[in-house]
Amino acid sequence: MAEQTQTQTETPREAQGAPLPETKEDKKAIHPLGEPIIQIEKLNKWYGDFHVLKEIDLEVKKGEIVVVAGPSGSGKSTLIRCINRLEEYQEGSIKVKGIEVNNDVKNLKEVRSNVAMVFQHFNLFPHLTILENLTLAPVWVYKKPKKEAIDTAMYYLEKVNIADQAHKYPNQLSGGQQQRVAIARALCKSPDIMLFDEPTSALDPEMIGEVLDVMIKLAEEGKTMITVTHEMGFARKVADRVIFMDAGQIVEENDPETFFHHPESERLQLFLKQILNH
Amino acid sequence: MVYPPKVAKEPPLLERGPIAWVRRNLLSSPYNIAFTILGLAILYMIIPPFVKWAIIDANFVGHSKADCTGNGACWVFVKEKLNMFFFGFYPHDQIWRPELVIASAAALGAFAKFVRGLHPFKLLLIVLFPIYAFVLLHGGSFGLPMVETSKWGGLLLTLVIASVGIVLSFPIGIILALGRQSKLPIIKSLSVFYIEFVRGVPLITVLFMASVVLPLFFPEGVNFDKLARALIGITLFEAAYVAENIRSGFQAIPKGQYEAADALGLSYWQKMALVILPQAIKVTIPNLVGTFISLFKDTSLVMIIGLFDLLAMVTVTANDRDWLGMDTEGYVFVAFVFWVFTFSMSLYSKRLEKKLDTNNK
Repeated sequence: MAEQTQTQTETPREAQGAPLPETKEDKKAIHPLGEPIIQIEKLNKWYGDFHVLKEIDLEVKKGEIVVVAGPSGSGKSTLIRCINRLEEYQEGSIKVKGIEVNNDVKNLKEVRSNVAMVFQHFNLFPHLTILENLTLAPVWVYKKPKKEAIDTAMYYLEKVNIADQAHKYPNQLSGGQQQRVAIARALCKSPDIMLFDEPTSALDPEMIGEVLDVMIKLAEEGKTMITVTHEMGFARKVADRVIFMDAGQIVEENDPETFFHHPESERLQLFLKQILNH
Repeated sequence: MVYPPKVAKEPPLLERGPIAWVRRNLLSSPYNIAFTILGLAILYMIIPPFVKWAIIDANFVGHSKADCTGNGACWVFVKEKLNMFFFGFYPHDQIWRPELVIASAAALGAFAKFVRGLHPFKLLLIVLFPIYAFVLLHGGSFGLPMVETSKWGGLLLTLVIASVGIVLSFPIGIILALGRQSKLPIIKSLSVFYIEFVRGVPLITVLFMASVVLPLFFPEGVNFDKLARALIGITLFEAAYVAENIRSGFQAIPKGQYEAADALGLSYWQKMALVILPQAIKVTIPNLVGTFISLFKDTSLVMIIGLFDLLAMVTVTANDRDWLGMDTEGYVFVAFVFWVFTFSMSLYSKRLEKKLDTNNK
């Protein structure tokens, strides 16, 4: 498919006339999963003596939506933070598009240009306007002409429904708006992979919806996403695969249907009971 | 049960306006009342006599000590010695040169307000202006007679030392602060050693070293300008304090800012220059200005190595045989000039803080 070969040049898909998929099956028909884009093998990480990640094996295909769930302290955030090397690891290997994620500066640059991250606390730069937040990396890191960077930024702000706030500062926006800006900022470098680290955990309840809507839209467009979240509705609706982590290891992984309705491990059954029945 | 919407009212009369302010701030408790009375009494004891001395009984007109009659201040002295206070021993017929430098500095400052942000032109001016000022003040070229730095004095010298110290210690301080944050052990320990060593030494010692001890290491016949030595000493001294100020700014920046910059792919220098430093400097502005204000006043210490700054000029002028005993007028005047400058600096810092505040615009 044409979509598959289109990696770097993100053009508006709506503009191409491609219909947005109605269901997960439709989406798979429009954006079938591609080659493995992230390969994690025998990953081990320690904080001092504490073994946070134990022998993690994980493969994510291009276009796949993976949701990582689990109790706090289970290592899920640490795992996705290893993928763009915000955390270093001691053993095993992570490859993004075949490039080893390691100390090598060139590799790191390559990996970070392909992987974008959205944080729990947004981490927008408070001294820059929304627009400046979005154009900072394109202009300085990817050497785009300023005009082009602004156009791209406005396109993504439009997409997250916040273009009218472009000249405000982050602290003048609500949490939900800030997180949508953070998503737009992450999209501006046209990453192949989006990592979401508990994107709705710091939001007031009435703002969670607007952020999830943006994420669902992205998912439907075939972006590769790994999301750490407690929003099980989101997992059910868009995930291709849900992973349950506990005590630094992957305990169970399944398609959402099986994951939520027929959990196999006792640990997951207990976890689901705790988060769903209250 | 549904309640109708309610209209907002003004607070009760005694709770708003000046009455409320006086009640809350001056008369809120018996202690507060006592301190208010005490404060008023002290003000009453100080202000009227001072006003009487400095204005009502003072002499403003005349040209010599004989024109000063009565018990008030003799401002004639300050008026007659104004050139000394401002320019020291700078030759009389050449005083247009420092005046031109100060006028152009003011003009550039006003002009800079109209150019937004960090325009490259501004950066160019920061480099070019000191050269221009030096050529004009020192002379020896372009047909200007040379005026050696030992003749510079008064407010001119204070301003030269303070501005050179501030402008140069700022970048050096930033580099030291970055060095102290560095993960490279050699750079880190060198920075820590430098900062802690310099902060452990009084400025007077640094000046003394720069003026007396340093020349001992120069080869015979090499004579390094005394003012330049003092400037180097003061700059390196202040850089350590600036570095510590900026480091405290770094500590106020949440880890998430570093992570977001990393995740966007910014390099170390891009991350520091575009994301971390602007925020760190912003939170340190009050401290930085505090440091610069003390630097401004510490310039008086150059007296110890035989340079005559604004404060030293009091001693010089009041020792004039025609004007003996005018120390009080001199000190009050100099204090006033110092206050004008330091207060402007703190007003400027307040304005800058407000301008850079992106929280609630």
